[in-house]
Amino acid sequence: MSRTARDTCLLLGLSVAAIVASGILLLIILFLSTEAWPVFSQVGLLKFAFDEAWYPTEGAFDLKPMLVASFAMSMLSIMLAAPLGIASAVFCRFYAPPVVRRAYQWIIILLAGIPSVVLGLWGLTVIVPLILMLAPPGASLLAGSLVLALMIVPTVALTTQAALASIPQFYWVGAAALGLSREGTLLGVALPAVRSSIFAGIMLAMARALGETMAVLMVSGNVVQLPTSLFDPVRTLTANIALEMAYATGDHRSALFVSGLALTVLVFILAWVARRSGGQVVHA
Amino acid sequence: MMSAVDDKPTPSREGASSAFTLGPLVAGPPCCTPQTHISIKSVTLSYGRIPAIRDVSLDIYKGCITALIGPSGCGKTSLLSCLNRLTDLIPGCHVEGRIAIDGQDITTPDLDVQRLRRRVGMIFQKPSPFPLSIWRNLEMPLREHGVTRRDELEFRIEKALADVGLWAEVKDRLGSAALTLSGGQQQRLCIARALTLEPSTLLMDEPCSALDPLSSAVVEDLIQSLKGQYTVVIVTHNLAQARRIANYAAFFWVKERAGTLVEFDQCRTLFDQPRHELTAAYVKGLQG
Ligand SMILES: Nc1ncnc2c1ncn2[C@@H]1O[C@H](COP(=O)(O)OP(=O)(O)OP(=O)(O)O)[C@@H](O)[C@H]1O
Ligand SMILES: [Mg+2]
Repeated sequence: MSRTARDTCLLLGLSVAAIVASGILLLIILFLSTEAWPVFSQVGLLKFAFDEAWYPTEGAFDLKPMLVASFAMSMLSIMLAAPLGIASAVFCRFYAPPVVRRAYQWIIILLAGIPSVVLGLWGLTVIVPLILMLAPPGASLLAGSLVLALMIVPTVALTTQAALASIPQFYWVGAAALGLSREGTLLGVALPAVRSSIFAGIMLAMARALGETMAVLMVSGNVVQLPTSLFDPVRTLTANIALEMAYATGDHRSALFVSGLALTVLVFILAWVARRSGGQVVHA
Repeated sequence: MMSAVDDKPTPSREGASSAFTLGPLVAGPPCCTPQTHISIKSVTLSYGRIPAIRDVSLDIYKGCITALIGPSGCGKTSLLSCLNRLTDLIPGCHVEGRIAIDGQDITTPDLDVQRLRRRVGMIFQKPSPFPLSIWRNLEMPLREHGVTRRDELEFRIEKALADVGLWAEVKDRLGSAALTLSGGQQQRLCIARALTLEPSTLLMDEPCSALDPLSSAVVEDLIQSLKGQYTVVIVTHNLAQARRIANYAAFFWVKERAGTLVEFDQCRTLFDQPRHELTAAYVKGLQG
């Protein structure tokens, strides 16, 4: 095969792969949209936000409690996971002796690999009873957030680690030559230099938290209500779909697709923000 | 080797444009009455067990520009990093001998290296502003060293920027990213950053070699203007530049796989009447 023919083949193959991948994504969105369309066209968009309750079999489609629950839970979990993940990455990179560092690295990777249903089991048998001792019923917004936080810590920690490792050597040397202390270098140079990558990692973790279903379903109580405290049981959008899809028909089924579509759009927005900010990483 | 002390040039013989007169920032003693600022005695530096420089002794004079020249790998950068203990950062790097700055031994393990590095600034070949704003680049090290009063910060930063001739160029964009500056501006910013800490000495490792000729000339002028106020040790492969700006020059060569000092003298003398064959060959070879 001549060189140009090989090039053409390669180009063709890559293009097909790219088209298939993006095509499938488009198909999924198209599918979600067509399934969601009936209820959209009949009840309108506003109904999903301002209906009085979620009684989908009786034509009441208020998604607000679930939206709020999803949002609150992912925010809370990221508020717990981000400091933890960043701190652990910094600790690993700058303070931990090599043995501890390697052990910690393994723990983070293993944690990332635990199936969410297993984390859910653990939450159900450990976290929920603990919270129950503080305030009943135990299965709650807080329980969901804690389990989620544990799930997304690795995402934050690993992206932060990668970002810190990408800082060019001459920044460290330059900082040392200015007489900066280790803390000064860390807070004044290293973290600001990679802030956008860290932010991108947080956005990705948040997208993951929003989309997580199983563990959340197992520990957060699944009552459709606007939470007024951390100890209230809540139902997230994802849990709602998983719980009701099995028996939903007609408009109800269609409404579940609407919530799926809403989730997808939210996650897309987060991923887009992550990409935008991640693109600004400085590697002079 | 200490001939600089023995045969002082008379300014009249050297002429008014001689490299031994001071620039506009006269503050230190004139270079024709050399006063030792940094004294390097029998310094041997090894990476692991392999010596990179062996038994180097050299006096660096206050307020003067001393150029370190020699072929690649003869240990110029290594010697420079002994002077602000940047060698501490390299695992396995080991320095023997005595280095004193203003009479104070800086090789002792219990030395406050942060204070030392504040007194002895360093400029690298690759301009290395941090990926922060221009202002933060200058403010952050100052704050680290305990300067927190707003008016003092502003005063020092403006003064340093003015000293490197950058104030007019950047005063309206102090908040923009330092990496948006041109290479020459970045290098001057790095010099300004070192100057804000009010050092007595500046170490420069090929500060112009990553710059285009115009920026290089600007930075060279700047270095020249530091003469008198700061003690400057500069490594350069550009012999014409060394000749233009330096008062003293030290020539290094690799002998038995380790860098050694071959000749140290006033810059003019070293270039025009080198006492050593190696120096003569090097100076001529690279000039011709
Ligand atoms: N970090 C290091 N680890 C091990 N060896 C090193 C290290 N840095 C430098 N060396 C060795 O020490 C010797 C002197 O290096 P140095 O960088 O000081 O030379 P130089 O005169 O600055 O050269 P150049 O003109 O190319 O910058 C070289 O043989 C080099 O290989
Ligand atoms: Mg060098």
